[in-house]
Amino acid sequence: MPAFVIAEKCDGCKGQDKTACMYICPNDLMILDKERMKSYQRDPQLCWECLCCAKICPQQAIDVRGYADFVPMGSACIPLRGSEDIMWTIKFRDGEVKRFKFPIRTTPEGSAVPDGGFGPGSKANDINDQYLFTEPESAGMDFFAK
Amino acid sequence: MPVPTFETVEITTDILICGAGMAGCGAMFEAAYWAKKNGVKIVVADKAATDRSGAVAQGLSAINMYMNTAGGERTPEAFAQMVYNDMMGIVREDLAYDIARHVDSSVHLFEKWGLPIWREADGKPIRSGAWQVMISGESYKILVAEASKKALFDAGGELYERVFIIEPLMDGDRIAGAIGFSTRENKIYVFRAKAVLANMGGAVHVFRPRSTGEGLGRTWYPPFQTGSSTYFTLRAGAEQCCQEIRFVPVRFKDAYGPVGAWFLLFKSKATNAMDEDYMVTRADDIKAWAPFDSVKPMPANLRNYLGILDEIDGKGPLFMRTDRAIAALAEKYKDDPKAFKKKMKDLESEAWEDFLDMTIGQANLWAAQNVRPELGPSEITGAEPYFIGSHSGSSGTWASGPADVAPPEYQWGYNRMTTVKGLFVAGDACGASPHKFSSGSFTEGRIAGKSMVKFVLENNTLPNLDPAQVEEFKGRILKPFELYEQHKDYGTTDEVNPNYILPRQYLFRLQKIMDEYAGGWSSSFTTNKAKLEVGMQLLTWLKEDGEKMIARNLHELMRLFENQQRTWQAESHVRTILARDETRWPGYYARKDTPTLNPDLQKFINLKWSAAGGWEVVERPMIPVFTK
Repeated sequence: MPAFVIAEKCDGCKGQDKTACMYICPNDLMILDKERMKSYQRDPQLCWECLCCAKICPQQAIDVRGYADFVPMGSACIPLRGSEDIMWTIKFRDGEVKRFKFPIRTTPEGSAVPDGGFGPGSKANDINDQYLFTEPESAGMDFFAK
Repeated sequence: MPVPTFETVEITTDILICGAGMAGCGAMFEAAYWAKKNGVKIVVADKAATDRSGAVAQGLSAINMYMNTAGGERTPEAFAQMVYNDMMGIVREDLAYDIARHVDSSVHLFEKWGLPIWREADGKPIRSGAWQVMISGESYKILVAEASKKALFDAGGELYERVFIIEPLMDGDRIAGAIGFSTRENKIYVFRAKAVLANMGGAVHVFRPRSTGEGLGRTWYPPFQTGSSTYFTLRAGAEQCCQEIRFVPVRFKDAYGPVGAWFLLFKSKATNAMDEDYMVTRADDIKAWAPFDSVKPMPANLRNYLGILDEIDGKGPLFMRTDRAIAALAEKYKDDPKAFKKKMKDLESEAWEDFLDMTIGQANLWAAQNVRPELGPSEITGAEPYFIGSHSGSSGTWASGPADVAPPEYQWGYNRMTTVKGLFVAGDACGASPHKFSSGSFTEGRIAGKSMVKFVLENNTLPNLDPAQVEEFKGRILKPFELYEQHKDYGTTDEVNPNYILPRQYLFRLQKIMDEYAGGWSSSFTTNKAKLEVGMQLLTWLKEDGEKMIARNLHELMRLFENQQRTWQAESHVRTILARDETRWPGYYARKDTPTLNPDLQKFINLKWSAAGGWEVVERPMIPVFTK
């Protein structure tokens, strides 16, 4: 299901030197055409259809069309990713539409603290032993205190 | 684009982490803590954006390695025994055990960072198998990156995104750094470091995928995993292990949606076209692999093998009987229409989330084919082979084990250090250490991260860079542009030119060789010595012609080097299969000239390469630590 950009909706992320989709694509496939100020998918054959681009697009300008070599036409899988959950709209070839909502995180965006509140680990003091950062508290038990 | 002029950026650090997927994030997270205490500097290079880089970029619907030892569920010892069985008796139990005793710590951190783990009302995690727990993991990587980057920056570390590493830099037998280039700007990066971690993932697109049009990209593991780890460590001189143990995932056909939740959470069965359960009807076909034919759970490759045999016999397609599984789960609510309706709705939502969290393409394929899993079955089949050290495959680099567990034969100093001084591995890069999945890869990165700080403190000298080596590699970055400029006007069609080959066509040539000679899907994963030898000859010519690959922009230059990395992964695989005269993992590949398991070959067949000596096979003993 290669991702593609809907020309009418894309604003090239308002003239910055790179678009959100270009920033995020793990396979370096999205690119900004600076003349048209629209981004485009430069190599549909290598799209993993992870939809990282569609999920991050501020304009909801990215959609997918099922891989032409094995997916029958007419379906859709559209994400709307918020800060706590993601809403999916699934459209079947026969026209039925289903909608699902799933949580994506239980904490506010940007709030993750490295030690997770466990503290640095009461025994994570010696570079030479086996204890890792936050252990043993984060493990829930002291594995090496036998 | 004329031949670009590259600016060279030189960066000196104590620790260089190459790759920032799950293992790389674990490494930066852990190393940051010990580095900050000891004034050690960390630099990270990532080919993509760390928020969505690596195998977890899309998300996951399960964490496949969680012990919950404190909760009384599983033990590291039992985990080590399970991987011994799944790998048909060839595995580094010390490495697996080491991860297992730390993995709960990592999973608990993920949950605190905000990852939704499915739990029962009493707090017990909802398992989809002995070692797996279900999650709502669309943002799994974003969460892990968020905490890991914070730890890195708090320790004064630096992250370079969109930098693609192409070669190790050496100071004699010690690693001295790495060289790479930006995929966005005309910049070459020369990193100089005391310790280097290679965790640049596994390898995809080495074998021809089943879909070769637009669907080429719909591989099970991501197409941006290109053999970087194997290439990098081989070129540094590091010994490889288990390079024959590829992984063939049996998944929903074509879009490769996950089957784990269907088999283990929904208790579904798969049957052939005649509605026979091949796990039952073919039980005798794996007796030759005793004692592994009767271990529980059955090793993944043997499960594969039974289905493959049915397909060879014309009994395909294989169907996942999703409709029956859902009906069975809803059965107990059948006398209460309201509860029944709710249960069916919950099951439907869980089934779709399983795909949408990690394989959106499968959800789309179901929608496009009007599949309602509660109404009818769906086809499953074996995908093309992958190289992955974190799942039920085991390929990677030979690494030193933990001091308190590893037998003397398996340790030479620092935990997770390769046979090259200062070069460490974790995640898909670390071989013979399978079943770690996302959480275990992060954990192995942590183990390596701490170990590298220890190495730097005890080997606190900056290795020398060899200017000639740096110039040679810079030349390789420029050459594909020069070659194109030199010959582009010879013909009137860019794609067809006798003087060069495009990276995409080179990729197809590699995939065809591997598929047809090294046991790809088109030969039902079978090969033999004669085929492999023909394949080696074809690979040799391919490598020579690789010098004639061209690049017309930085993106294509990345593809070129990715192909080079895949080729070395392919060659390592073929050489190791050739050296192992038996068929130990029949559902991954079968050497039809040596079609059974040979008990005398329960040992590691390792491989290394050097510029002076070429390729060398090295045998290492298999020493169980917990399996009796």
